[in-house]
Amino acid sequence: MDILVYLIPVALFLGGLGLLGFLWAMRSGQYEDLDGAAARILFDDTETPRKGR
Amino acid sequence: MNLVAAPVCAHCGAPSPTRFCCAGCEGAHELVAGLGLDAFYRRREAAAGELRPAEAPQTDFAPLARAEGQGAWTLELMVAGLTCGACIWLVEQALAAAPEVRRARANLSTRRLIITWVGEAELANHLAGLVARLGFRVAPFSPACMRATEDSEGREMLRALGIAAFGAMNVMLVSVAVWAGGEDMGPQTRHLMHWLAALIGLPTVAVAGIPLFRSAWNGLRGGRLNMDCAVSLGILLTTAMSLSETLRNGDYTWYDGATALLALMLAGRVLDRAARRKARQSVAELLALQEGSVTVLGEAHPVPVDRVAPGARILVATGERLRLDAALEDGEALLDTAATTGESLPRSFARDGALPAGAVNMGAPFVARVTAAAADGSLAAMARLLERAEQARGRWASLADRAARFYIPVAHVVSLLTFVGWMVLGGASWQDALVPAVAALIITCPCGLAIAVPAVQVVAVGALFRRGVLVASETALERLAAADHAVLDKTGTLTEGKPRLLPGGWAASDLAAATALAAASRHPLAVALSHARPGARPAAGAVEHPGQGMEAEGARLGSAAFCGVPDAGGMALHFTRPGHAPVVFRFEDGLRADAKDAVVALRRAGLSVALLSGDGEDVVARIAAEAGIADWTAGATPEAKAARIAALRAEGRRVLMVGDGINDAAALAAAHIGAAPGEGTDLAQAASDVVLRGGGLLPLAEAIDVARRAQRLARQNIRFAFAYNVVAVPVAIAGYATPLIAALVMASSSLIVIGNSLRAGRAD
Repeated sequence: MDILVYLIPVALFLGGLGLLGFLWAMRSGQYEDLDGAAARILFDDTETPRKGR
Repeated sequence: MNLVAAPVCAHCGAPSPTRFCCAGCEGAHELVAGLGLDAFYRRREAAAGELRPAEAPQTDFAPLARAEGQGAWTLELMVAGLTCGACIWLVEQALAAAPEVRRARANLSTRRLIITWVGEAELANHLAGLVARLGFRVAPFSPACMRATEDSEGREMLRALGIAAFGAMNVMLVSVAVWAGGEDMGPQTRHLMHWLAALIGLPTVAVAGIPLFRSAWNGLRGGRLNMDCAVSLGILLTTAMSLSETLRNGDYTWYDGATALLALMLAGRVLDRAARRKARQSVAELLALQEGSVTVLGEAHPVPVDRVAPGARILVATGERLRLDAALEDGEALLDTAATTGESLPRSFARDGALPAGAVNMGAPFVARVTAAAADGSLAAMARLLERAEQARGRWASLADRAARFYIPVAHVVSLLTFVGWMVLGGASWQDALVPAVAALIITCPCGLAIAVPAVQVVAVGALFRRGVLVASETALERLAAADHAVLDKTGTLTEGKPRLLPGGWAASDLAAATALAAASRHPLAVALSHARPGARPAAGAVEHPGQGMEAEGARLGSAAFCGVPDAGGMALHFTRPGHAPVVFRFEDGLRADAKDAVVALRRAGLSVALLSGDGEDVVARIAAEAGIADWTAGATPEAKAARIAALRAEGRRVLMVGDGINDAAALAAAHIGAAPGEGTDLAQAASDVVLRGGGLLPLAEAIDVARRAQRLARQNIRFAFAYNVVAVPVAIAGYATPLIAALVMASSSLIVIGNSLRAGRAD
């Protein structure tokens, strides 16, 4: 059972990391436009528009 | 113009015999192609016709730009018509092509566009105009939109959910070890596990429970026992009991139950909010588009309505809605007062006549003197009246609340009796007695019950949203399901609200000659006449005599006095030309295409249908006969309409009122449930619980069907949750419930309830 001494803190640390990630994503506004994010992934990475292909 | 025979307009996608359905679309297409963004048309998913450019926005956007320092400006706009990913791509790319623009970001969920540029503040109008020319309607991002979007409460809820979910999963990790460990786990290890669970569970409950506790506290202060009270008490007691078990190293702790319950409750709440936010937002969007500014003489830019002082002289253009009470300065004015009185015939006003706010100018542009500021005018007075009516309706108790009112005391009494019973009859210590008592509480904890109604609502509101029906208020679905009598307004609700040419005794050559004149005018009757013969070329040399008619080469089209013939009465245009007998073109406000079907559908849903209009008797009688409504009332003033609704309510009828005008607003608010078409006035929409965005009345009947099915499912869910408790509670009272059993009960009942709720959105 000694392994618990390592495993539990490791599990909690990893979980906490996920939680921090979630809080960061929320604070930086990434949950503001879920519909838009779904569409944006399909855009071409052009900063300046190209002439029609 | 490139006349390639195409079935639809190349820009907006509406059916059109030519390549473009209108000059606006042609301009927009040129703009898009010029920027090299034609890829848009391959990706677009917007509804046909939605992207037809309207007239340029009236608002002056320059004062709305915010200085960011170093010559940078930021403008926030609300953009209607952003419906797909291609739309935000087009808007962003088109703006990015402007050299001054540093950043343009559109939000597809909130329809909000933020533009940052370097240079002059005046550039705001150019940039907003650019978006408008693409076919999107823009409005300043108003406080109404802000309230719907800046959902800080929703964000707090989401954060709480994240924390609760994290806590629940990690407590479970420790709890499963205790459940599985059983006899093999020594008391010291178990104690360590209990403390670990407490370490995660206590902060989770303390932080993530705040939104729930606050709502419960507000309910208690208001003297109401709501669902949140029961859940909060359950969670707090469970946590307290677990802490006591941790201290004395009991067999089990219940932190997992408390945190899982919290996470489930918050999940229900977050989903519920998300569904309604969409609808609320669309309503705010419709309202924002109607918010306007007026042209004040002596001011360089249009002035927002609420900043116009009494005594100011304003110019009202043809087709513009008068936003303030005013008196006519000179000349004569022809106003469509349908929105304020329900009369479908335009009324003419003489000099110094009091013009009601909300009327639309049907004649030539005129100058008027404002008699009351927006906050003191007739529209504001009506809005205050509405507020009072709405508060009265706010007392409607929802199904969930009614269930909770009966259910919560029972659950609490059972739990208390369990505690007393174990102490007195079983001779257990208070700590031992607390365990089955709290187990009973957490199992009865209305998890399924609390999710039962929101889950159904989320699905039903979402399904209606996709059909163009916006459900704006929380209990609207329940009230819609209970409606048993429909009262419809005539102008703009049952009818199109636009004139249409009636067949008459004129020859085709008369029509051809008249449309040539009419095509050069923007008067509503002239527009209706030219619609009768699309594609007519405007006559060369046609001259418009404002407020009177059109003239070209001796031919005259217009009022009776202008043409020198006897007045035919009603909505009519007179037409004379040399060598021909005078002709009268009569118009009427025609029924909506789906009005008849909608009446039939409402009847099939078991509602009696009545027509209540402010218009004259003969017109109302004819429309009623056409729509198949036997019960009609004509000449009703706004007060009479509200009184009629109140009388029906007193008879015990649950009235569904449908109306679009300012004169309907009081009746809409007084009714059991109010509905307004999307083209209706802002006041009518604000007074309604349901807004029909799609146009037409047929979706209303569908909405009733969906609402009824949702009610049926919500009841089923509640009954199911009760049945579950009848089985589970005795187990808990007897002291056989372990945290494992509680977790299983909670999860399975929630899953079943959610699964059942998904049926609410299914079409029959």
